[in-house]
Amino acid sequence: MAVTAEHVEEDFPRQEIESAVIRFAGDSGDGMQLTGSQFTLATALQGNDLATFPDFPAEIRAPTGTTFGVSAFQINFGSKGIQTSGDILDVLIVMNPAALKVNINDLRPGGLLIADIGAFSSRNLTKAGYSENPLEGNSLEKFKVLEVDMSRLTKEAVKEHGLTSKEALRCKNMWSLGLIYWMYGRKREATVDWLKDKFKGKPEIAAANIAAINAGHAFGETAEMPAEVNPYTIPAAEIAPGLYRTVTGTEAAAWGLAAGSQLAGLEMVFCSYPITPASAVLHTLAGMDNYDVVTFQAEDEISAVCAAIGASYAGSLGVTSSSGPGVALKTEAIGLAISTELPLVILNSQRAGPSTGLPTKTEQSDLYQAVYGRNADSPLVVLSARSPSDCFDTAIEAVRLATKYMTPVILLTDGYLANASEPWLIPDFDDYEPFPAKFHADPEGFHPSLRDPETLGRIWAKPGTPELMHRIGGIEKSFDSGHISYDPENHQKMTDVRTAKINGVAADIPAQAVECGTESGKVAVVGWGSTYGPISRAVNNLIEDGHSVSHIHIRHIWPFPANMGDLLANFDQVLVPEMNTGQLITVLRSEFLVPAEGLNKVNGQPFKIFEIEDAVRERLER
Amino acid sequence: MNIATPPEKLTAKDFTTDQEVRWCPGCGDYAILKSVRSTLADIGVQPHNTVFVSGIGCAARFPYYMETYGFHTIHGRAPAIATGVKLANPDLDVWVVSGDGDALSIGGNHLLHVLRRNVDLQFLLFNNEIYGLTKGQYSPTSRPGTRSPSTPLGSVDNPVSAALFALGAGARFVGRSIDTQQKHMPTVLKRAHEHKGASFVEIFQNCIVYNDNVFGRFTGKEVAAENQINVEHGKPLVFGKDGNKGLRVKPGALELEIITIGENGVSIDDILEHDETNLTLANLLAAMEPPTFPVAIGVIYCNPGPTYVESVRQQKESTRTKRGSINDLLRSGHTWQNG
Repeated sequence: MAVTAEHVEEDFPRQEIESAVIRFAGDSGDGMQLTGSQFTLATALQGNDLATFPDFPAEIRAPTGTTFGVSAFQINFGSKGIQTSGDILDVLIVMNPAALKVNINDLRPGGLLIADIGAFSSRNLTKAGYSENPLEGNSLEKFKVLEVDMSRLTKEAVKEHGLTSKEALRCKNMWSLGLIYWMYGRKREATVDWLKDKFKGKPEIAAANIAAINAGHAFGETAEMPAEVNPYTIPAAEIAPGLYRTVTGTEAAAWGLAAGSQLAGLEMVFCSYPITPASAVLHTLAGMDNYDVVTFQAEDEISAVCAAIGASYAGSLGVTSSSGPGVALKTEAIGLAISTELPLVILNSQRAGPSTGLPTKTEQSDLYQAVYGRNADSPLVVLSARSPSDCFDTAIEAVRLATKYMTPVILLTDGYLANASEPWLIPDFDDYEPFPAKFHADPEGFHPSLRDPETLGRIWAKPGTPELMHRIGGIEKSFDSGHISYDPENHQKMTDVRTAKINGVAADIPAQAVECGTESGKVAVVGWGSTYGPISRAVNNLIEDGHSVSHIHIRHIWPFPANMGDLLANFDQVLVPEMNTGQLITVLRSEFLVPAEGLNKVNGQPFKIFEIEDAVRERLER
Repeated sequence: MNIATPPEKLTAKDFTTDQEVRWCPGCGDYAILKSVRSTLADIGVQPHNTVFVSGIGCAARFPYYMETYGFHTIHGRAPAIATGVKLANPDLDVWVVSGDGDALSIGGNHLLHVLRRNVDLQFLLFNNEIYGLTKGQYSPTSRPGTRSPSTPLGSVDNPVSAALFALGAGARFVGRSIDTQQKHMPTVLKRAHEHKGASFVEIFQNCIVYNDNVFGRFTGKEVAAENQINVEHGKPLVFGKDGNKGLRVKPGALELEIITIGENGVSIDDILEHDETNLTLANLLAAMEPPTFPVAIGVIYCNPGPTYVESVRQQKESTRTKRGSINDLLRSGHTWQNG
């Protein structure tokens, strides 16, 4: 078998479809995430719009064949704007019985199930909890089922490359990818190039994987497929012209932090302790040798935030990153940064909780923690990103506000945003307005509590500056001198100024826009974070049906944009979908006295479009 | 960095702020403050290039009294904050001031890591074997049986030895001094400052209110000569009021013993010379306690090695090919043109 992907003129018709939702599912060791990300790349290169949802277990290598070890990667791709990873599957590829068991309920009736029957041994069936082989009974009769012995076919395809049986079987994800490439008319070159690069030290492994892809592809071309299994074509989406790439929220956040630091003219000192799903931000930044980024893997979460604060004190931009439990540990130090008025960015990739919760499952349940979760009156700025690519601009905004207002900023993403990818029209960084940080150097009348009369931000006087030696700390400071002050009136004044400073940010951020729909009407659907995709699609669908519905999506969670209260008051009803039991809604009700209602779920899965549509329709009928 | 030479020689007064010192009258901290100020003046450090970082506790008020940059942070976390300061600006001269509770209880983890990473800073641990600022509870260095508001019948847990902890953590400089020894302390502080890497200095400090005279067994005038030994690199380990006692490795055992010059044919040549680069010896010396042994003060261990921030910076510089632009970053990997 040749080690390159060969192009053959096809002599069969392809059915044109608008979009498809497919999911690869297998053992956590089956390489489903790699398979999915390769399919994503090939699909993006084909010009389709897309959204992905990687869903994997917390265990690195859960016992093979078990339901809790199932790892899946879902992608929705098409020729029209894609907003979500898809409500329901058109195609499900399962590499073993456990993957079938966990995922089959998400396949639409009439959808295609592709199963590797080579993995449906009685042992694997038992591990998955099947007493009999579901492929043999009639439980799957509402689906189209394509049974393929991928295990055997893969071994045959790679046998000339001298791999062990175990190594050979590891290529079966590439075999399945080849088959799906054929089914949707994707090109194999990018994956072949990737394999050659990934295994450049092990050419026989690269060759075997490429052989597996080609074999899966050839199987599609030549095998006698059941009548229902069609090859498809999905025309390229109408996408704004320009240079594109795929990007995950993790990459976009890391790059945005580096970009923001450059706009501020600062080196970034990024301090983090490993935690799922936030660690990948550290990995991304640690590899950026050519940028003004220093990374520090601290001994714990507290050390990470403290080192970031120390770095900011010394004139860099201190950034720390974690997930909810880690942010909880950082809380006291965040209070120190509030008290000493130093810039700090805290990136929280939210996950399901409380406690360890579900480390790899997404949730939006740290909004209270971000807005309220500190001792005493401790205001700071809270931002949230709505999509993987939006993490870039939101991270830049976090740096801008942190340095301009000398304050900690919490940037909320979540496990879904962190891992999901989408095509991104790459911005031209030259279009971004710099916001250079100012360091105080004038000894005349200097004291460390001097502040900008407009922003109320404290001056930044970094150690090393001649004649500005001073002391700061967590004890209350005199408004007039920066010295320790236990004076009650001064504490009132300092508390007021800290509050006013953060409230003042509202005047420095864009007015809250309406994403789609009108500025007033029957129902406003108000969201934040990664619910953007499903809310956007649901509201657009409802507007197309002639309903009076609008979508409002909040980036600046604290403080809110200045027009937020007036905007919400323009609607008869306000619906707030959140992946928590109702947190933004409480803040909105508290701030604006709006009779908002919640739509809440915490099952570790993003909202489905129909769930939001149904909830809105119900309210429209009132 | 600004590296202008100070116009004239600085004095301890130049390192003194206008803030009223608020330690209890008679507190050992006053003596340490005096010693640190005069040491900095002697060394000729630049005040604007010097940063004192502290956590919480009586000792942690130290930065307010130093006319340098100062950061009074949160309980136990000073080493972590100081690490961030050095990561951001390796040229700053950083001192961490801590106490036994701050450094070895709530902040034990950070002390461990700042020492093992060998971050280039001076770590001063004021050990008074008690929690002062919270009104006298026993601390992780308190001797068993310490009666305190939280242990009215006497503490029952074993204390940690600060110096042994530091050596165990991988500190490459461990020194010791005593608050009242105004001649001795500057010599140790100067050596700590000279040392590149994390320099750990334990200072026995008397808490006159909650734990008065807890170190009296070796600091008292009448017992000091017999119960202290000032160790100096390359010099014989002698002590005693007549200067005729010394330490040697006990034949046939990995332990020290005390011998007396002039007794049983023992001469000065039989006394072990201090080798501050010998980790095993450092551990033996740090573990010595009355009544069996004298307490070792001075530079117990000094064995420089690569420092953390320098290594991080060097590694980054060595792989850095050019200063990257954000536009290049965003266009790295697979991209495609639409339209």
